Amino acid sequence: MKPIIEVENLSKLYRLGVIGTTTLRDSLERWWYRIRGKEELCWKIGTKRFMVNPHDPQAGPEPNTIWALKDISFSVQQGEIVGIIGKNGAGKSTLLKILTRLTEPTSGRAIMRGRVSSMLAVGTGFHPELTGRENVYLNGTLLGMRKTEIDRKFDEIVAFAGIEKFIDTPVKRYSSGMYVRLAFAVAAHLEPEILLVDEVLAVGDAAFQKKCLGKMGDVAREGRTVLFVSHNMAAIQTLCNRTILLHLGQLVHDGSSHQVVQKYLQNGTQRAEVFFGPDTVRSGNGAARYTCARLLDRNGQVVSSVPMGHGVTVELEFECKAKITSPHFGVRLHTPLNQDLIWWRSDEMHGEMPSVSKGGVIRLHIERLNLLPGLYYLALGFSDGYQRLDLIEDGLELEITPQPVYATGKLPSSKRAVMFTPCSWTHEYK
Amino acid sequence: MLNKSTEQDSFEIIIQPNRSWFYIDWRGLLHYRDLLFFLVRRDFISQYKQTILGPAWFIIPPLITSLVFTVIFGKVAKISTDGLPPMLFYLCGLLAWRYFASCLGGTSGTFFGNANLFEKVYFPRLILPLSRIIFNLFAFTLQLATFLGFYFYYKYFTQVGLSIKPNLFIAVLPLLLLQTAAISLGVGLWLSALTAKYRDLRFLVGFLTQLWMYATPIVYPMSIVPEKWRPALAINPMAPIVELYRYAFLGTGFLNLNCLLISAVITIFVLLTGILIFNRTERTFLDTV
Repeated sequence: MKPIIEVENLSKLYRLGVIGTTTLRDSLERWWYRIRGKEELCWKIGTKRFMVNPHDPQAGPEPNTIWALKDISFSVQQGEIVGIIGKNGAGKSTLLKILTRLTEPTSGRAIMRGRVSSMLAVGTGFHPELTGRENVYLNGTLLGMRKTEIDRKFDEIVAFAGIEKFIDTPVKRYSSGMYVRLAFAVAAHLEPEILLVDEVLAVGDAAFQKKCLGKMGDVAREGRTVLFVSHNMAAIQTLCNRTILLHLGQLVHDGSSHQVVQKYLQNGTQRAEVFFGPDTVRSGNGAARYTCARLLDRNGQVVSSVPMGHGVTVELEFECKAKITSPHFGVRLHTPLNQDLIWWRSDEMHGEMPSVSKGGVIRLHIERLNLLPGLYYLALGFSDGYQRLDLIEDGLELEITPQPVYATGKLPSSKRAVMFTPCSWTHEYK
Repeated sequence: MLNKSTEQDSFEIIIQPNRSWFYIDWRGLLHYRDLLFFLVRRDFISQYKQTILGPAWFIIPPLITSLVFTVIFGKVAKISTDGLPPMLFYLCGLLAWRYFASCLGGTSGTFFGNANLFEKVYFPRLILPLSRIIFNLFAFTLQLATFLGFYFYYKYFTQVGLSIKPNLFIAVLPLLLLQTAAISLGVGLWLSALTAKYRDLRFLVGFLTQLWMYATPIVYPMSIVPEKWRPALAINPMAPIVELYRYAFLGTGFLNLNCLLISAVITIFVLLTGILIFNRTERTFLDTV
């Protein structure tokens, strides 16, 4: 049987900035500049800087464009409940918007072989002057139901929301909780073959949330296909047997919910690889600048955390505006409370580095980090021996994870300590 | 359990870029017809709930406008009304015109006025302007009733009534109404597409409607327009419509088949191109607003 949802190389490019809501004047101005042959001025009109760093992995082909989704492909069989997770900005809502036909993909395509209903936001179209009853009909037809269908399910909807007494009063008198429950009740009674749900479970009290999860479970049991976007990992693991992980617009993982959720949580919120752009807070005269920083383990893989006692390599990419005869690189580790712990300086530990004119990559290899588990920050510095060229205080985050480093298997406690060292205890009793 | 294997084969939506500009989701429009009904109902309830006069507000403005016109244009400026009682003359013109103007106003703000609706739910976007067009029919009906009230009074209770000669063209009026709906929808779609992208143009709409009114023979009959200017007036698709309203009810005015034909052609052209550009805007609107 053909899959009920087939997504093939779906991509979506967005233009950032004021391009959309221009006034006639802006458009005319841009056109005027263009025919005068001054193309590059286009992007400076309105005093907007570049918003997308050209080194950003999501950067699109033109300035200020970004790939919200890039080459997403997957297929879903009828009856599957698939979770979609990812950090904010990974492209989850964009994917749902395209599948709901709210916006068009830039390339690629999706085939939906069934009636689609979405719960992207409940309560759309509710008019405050209308009564609950009238709004149920309005919202229901907006979501794609027929009037007869709503007639049939009306009592169920009202019972689910628990507002029988208030159904004939204008919605403007409802409390926000009632409003949301009614809105969700309407949406919950859609009967599409494919249901797309986007984080609706974030609303309502615990009892209501439980009801919603229950309803979604029922929907799934009836054999409908559900795509469920959420940040609630517990809900994802309960409801979905399969999960897709999106990261920076790309599909990075597709498998059993448990596995994918674990992978997502592991990479948590640490930034393993950071790109520095116009928005980075930095000081220095800028004759040379760091463009990108990342942490590598001993195999050269990018990592976001380091186990206790292990080594790590800090890799920094930089660019120079002019020739720098004696570059001095520095990486300083400090705690979140700004207590400086270690300062690695290339001039002290390596000697003079050769001169550099265009840019390149510099790596700091640290053999062992005898630090206790926790979150630390790395400040990145660049000087030419006399002046500071670049200093990014909050460059990289480094997380040290617990590891049994002692034979006892116990972990050093970090209440009054920051470091640990290899050691042994010997005894001689009387 | 659902047994949708047969339906699955026939029901397929392919989502891909660069859908044809002429694509109208007919099936969607049919499916969502209940929405049309409830939208009209919503507009009706929300406009007149908690008001005293309610639907009377549909009738009062044209009455007062006609009165003002009678005084200013009739008595002060002394513009001819083809020998008809001024109240009747202006009421008739306004009857035809107000439907056009209210449809234009109601449809031109579709995109930016309903952005919140559009960004959350998918439904065939044409439903919204269509709901306005249908909603305005209520006002039209009430205004027609008012006009007929005055009409019968003048015809049967006054001297001037003898010069009022209705004729069979009254039967064509539903067609004229349809054409008015079509042209206002077409222009409305154009304007909504433009205002979706260029917000400042929405200030143009009210202003445009005002000017258009003066370019249409409402406060003056076609007969006082100099011969050489008449072809220019023919480009205004509403001009022959308004004249024909007066001709049908009151028996005066010009009846020029060529003008009517041109007007119909322009209407169809504007409507089709309006749908084209509306479709195009619908696709990209969410990315730019």
